[in-house]
Amino acid sequence: MPVYSKKVMDHFTNPRNVGVIENPDGFGKVGNPVCGDLMEMYIKVENGIITDIKFKTFGCGSAIATSSMVTELAIGKTADEALEITRKDVADELDGLPPQKMHCSNLAADALHAAIEDYKKKKQ
Amino acid sequence: MEGIYLDHASSMPVDPRVIDFAKPFLVEAGNPSSLYEFGQTAKQAIEEARSKVADLINAESEKTIVFTGSATEANNIGIRGTALRNIKEGKEVLASAIEHISVINPMKDLVKNGWSFNQVPVDKFGVVDLDSLKKMITKNTVVTSVMYANNEIGTIEPIKKISEIVHKNGKYLHVDATAAAGRIPIDVQNDEIDLLTLSSNDLYGPPGAGTLYIKPGVKVKSVMPGGGQERGLRSGTENIFAIASMGEAARIAKQEMKNESERLKKIRDSLISEINKIDEAYLTGHPTQRLPHHASFRFNYIEGESILLNMDMYGIQIATGSACSSKTLEASHVLLAIGLKHEEAHGSMVITLGRSNNLEQVQKIVKSVEETVQRLRQLSPLSK
Repeated sequence: MPVYSKKVMDHFTNPRNVGVIENPDGFGKVGNPVCGDLMEMYIKVENGIITDIKFKTFGCGSAIATSSMVTELAIGKTADEALEITRKDVADELDGLPPQKMHCSNLAADALHAAIEDYKKKKQ
Repeated sequence: MEGIYLDHASSMPVDPRVIDFAKPFLVEAGNPSSLYEFGQTAKQAIEEARSKVADLINAESEKTIVFTGSATEANNIGIRGTALRNIKEGKEVLASAIEHISVINPMKDLVKNGWSFNQVPVDKFGVVDLDSLKKMITKNTVVTSVMYANNEIGTIEPIKKISEIVHKNGKYLHVDATAAAGRIPIDVQNDEIDLLTLSSNDLYGPPGAGTLYIKPGVKVKSVMPGGGQERGLRSGTENIFAIASMGEAARIAKQEMKNESERLKKIRDSLISEINKIDEAYLTGHPTQRLPHHASFRFNYIEGESILLNMDMYGIQIATGSACSSKTLEASHVLLAIGLKHEEAHGSMVITLGRSNNLEQVQKIVKSVEETVQRLRQLSPLSK
């Protein structure tokens, strides 16, 4: 059993931006239920800025907390700025994750990036 | 908020009566190998504990009981010591697919020394497949290990039948009774068990003591040479406090088992019937051949570590076989062995009851489980 920071538990207990966006400008999905983590990320982009973001996550405590955190980090940023949010940023903002949990935070940033790539592809 | 502890398979509180009994051995010096008075008192305390533990499992005599530092040590000595001592009989070991890691890893270790190791499959309830056992066991199978009951799914194994098969075709039967002892009667003579493992903490004793029962006539090699304590099988100065405690815990367990198991069974059955009503919730393990204090489930679309954390918010401690809560991040081999897919094994919850639990707690537990499942499914992309 890993020991989680207060911030992780806060985001697990009260996750921000849970849900789906109908007709999103971008949608990203990473992970799979076989490994125990699956994340779906929806974004709304206006004038190049992420104005709304929602997620749904199947997974452990840190999978849920990192999903919630990445939505907070991304909202209000331009799509390009949000692409720069790294896996490490997410973990750092949560005051760290147990070593064996670092792959979960990878997924949250990956899901966000996948949603932004989807948005960019649609725009072309 | 008053907490509800439901993880007795992981760790049990120590019975205050046990501490009172064994306290003198914690505070006073006295090596059981020394001839002065307290050394002799310590030696007597160990012999008394031996006799109490022998009584719990109806062993032939107290001489069959070897004290170790833990159940893991007992499994190691029982399996490796017996295999290596009887190497002339063959170089094969066998275990059920749902054994504890402290049985599986010593067997895997033997493979490095040229032994062959196979695992006998179980059915969807976790019961060892007897036909497979018959086929897999050979005259070269020196040690076969099957647990009395499983800690993760609560299933009780048909040990008597397994024992007959092992002794007809193979050599020695080792039984890990860590999860079962103190909950259901164990009779090593009736079941014709050759080697049996017990743990102090699983009997409301402190951690730091375990027991290996060795049937008279079964020869075991020392795998930990040293000062020759415990018949030379577990060298090292005896942990008298833990051993005396384990003895007293075994005595109390035997005395109270019948009534306590009946009491816990009512709580268990009430939990099972209520939690089973939750949409896409399933009991894991055997519906009737299961430990009286054990209720285990899996829920579709959610993950076990999240269940554990969420239940903790209600002040309720449960366990999970989820990969995400383990050090290795691998799904529980027990849940995979009963035929669950990886994604199904992730959503497991294990409740093991104990003396602090009562029927009045059932309502709060069930409500907390319902709310936990509902909340996590709202978060889950798999749930429609």
